[in-house]
Amino acid sequence: MILTISLKEFRSLLAIPSTWLILGALQFIFAWFFLARLDAFLQVQSQLAQLANAPGATLAVAAPLLGTVALILMMLIPIFTMRLIAEERRNQTLTLLMSAPVSDIHIVIGKFIGLMLLLLLIIISCLLMVLALATGTQLDTGLLFTNALGLILLAASYTALGLYISSLTAQPAVAAIGTLAIFFGLWLVEVSAVDHDKSWRALAPTSHFQNLNIGLLNSTDLMFFLLFCITFLLLTIRRLYNNRIYS
Amino acid sequence: MSVIAPITLSARNLIRRFGQREVIHGVSLELRHGEVLGLLGHNGAGKSTTLQMLAGALLPHSGEIEICGFNLIRQPQKTKTNIGFLPETPPLYREMSVNDFLIFAAKLHRIPRAQITNALTEAKRRCGLQDSGKKIIGTLSKGYQQRVGIAQAIIHQPEVIILDEPTVGLDPSQIRDIRALIRELGNMHSVILSTHLLGEVENICDRVEIMHHGRLIYGDSSTKMQQYGSQSGFIVTLLAPPALSELQAIADVQQVDPLSTTQFRILHTANTNPSVALLALAAQHGWQAEQLVPLRTRLEDVFMQITQDEKL
Repeated sequence: MILTISLKEFRSLLAIPSTWLILGALQFIFAWFFLARLDAFLQVQSQLAQLANAPGATLAVAAPLLGTVALILMMLIPIFTMRLIAEERRNQTLTLLMSAPVSDIHIVIGKFIGLMLLLLLIIISCLLMVLALATGTQLDTGLLFTNALGLILLAASYTALGLYISSLTAQPAVAAIGTLAIFFGLWLVEVSAVDHDKSWRALAPTSHFQNLNIGLLNSTDLMFFLLFCITFLLLTIRRLYNNRIYS
Repeated sequence: MSVIAPITLSARNLIRRFGQREVIHGVSLELRHGEVLGLLGHNGAGKSTTLQMLAGALLPHSGEIEICGFNLIRQPQKTKTNIGFLPETPPLYREMSVNDFLIFAAKLHRIPRAQITNALTEAKRRCGLQDSGKKIIGTLSKGYQQRVGIAQAIIHQPEVIILDEPTVGLDPSQIRDIRALIRELGNMHSVILSTHLLGEVENICDRVEIMHHGRLIYGDSSTKMQQYGSQSGFIVTLLAPPALSELQAIADVQQVDPLSTTQFRILHTANTNPSVALLALAAQHGWQAEQLVPLRTRLEDVFMQITQDEKL
């Protein structure tokens, strides 16, 4: 049942022209950043070679690029999550799911996985671009792995939060702006926090991604992402259930 | 419809609030196999809310709903496989093709994979969508979208079909098609539909429930409803009328009202009919009887009368 809903969600996303436009534009932006990074790296390569423990192409090119991807995902995900529930509510198609023999858990997890499939596609396409470096140099697979994992976990947390905001309203635009505002707030918390103020920074998904971005696989970070996702998915399920009672 | 047909849907004492305001006050309904029940009412009488509760999209604040022996509130998933629901606005994903959408609906209602193709063809045949399978729903006309909505509700052959204003916004020929379809569905399933078109009730419903301010105030077979509060009588046209008193003198005639110089409304008791005597007299005295039309209350009048009675 979950799979049915996920695949429908995924196919619906691919049926909309704007999805393809976004996918294309993203590839262009990624390629631009990638080539700019690569160019900068090649210019300083001769100087780097004189250092004792010089950073390789993975650390100098791939990691910053994937860091940028994380930032772009932050702005991108609200556009997709707003459709998931808010738009269905506005178009009154949510009734189909509500009166079908599926539970709220199926609906929420199904939609979550459906969007994750598309985000995986974006993340993989970006990783493939980075893997092109393998033709010229040896890549740090460990660092690439933690980055990929970090991106997926970050995307999952953003999706879970976006899904929850989407379930609160019947206006897709409100859902998108609200979600973006919260993402931005979390990001500002991370950026503006002073170094010794760790407790505030710990709230922001991006700060946990930073560790994975530099190749640090920390169980605290993994737990944070996991709890973040579960919390907001549960809140969404609860919200849908309340919807049957109060609205 | 036979009385011994099994009960497929029964709702007891449904109560529903929106905020502090109670909008449904203890509605109880019963529906038998092979029956078409029409839910009538003004706008805002609570028809849609009641139907949404019966379909499981809204939870009642109190009350029980049982469908095919399952309790909708305690076993929602098992129960809902027996329900097909078409809400007021058909829940259609505009970007999907008709086939894709119906297959999705079939999967949602747990039709085994092997039977989906058959169910799809059958649902499309019934709703006259054979040639529209590959079309994108958003490009279809309102009438066809409504058909896709109905196809979605019947694809899994549910025992109980719930239709919320199924013929709204359709042209007359489409309305006729949909009514024929509902009648056909009513033979094999139980259908409950809401409407404010009284003609629809007359044509397709076996039974009528009238809803007013969140209560069911009247329920009976639709033929009986037409006789509600009506008085037996007829209108007769006499081109050379006699004096009123002569008409009044005919046996069993209770009252004579002249409608014009040549038309008279004659009321009589329920079990007698003085029309034969009147015609005989007319022939005898040369009153030139031309037309004799039995009084038949229109459903509109009955409906207005029932809802008015409730207000007093």
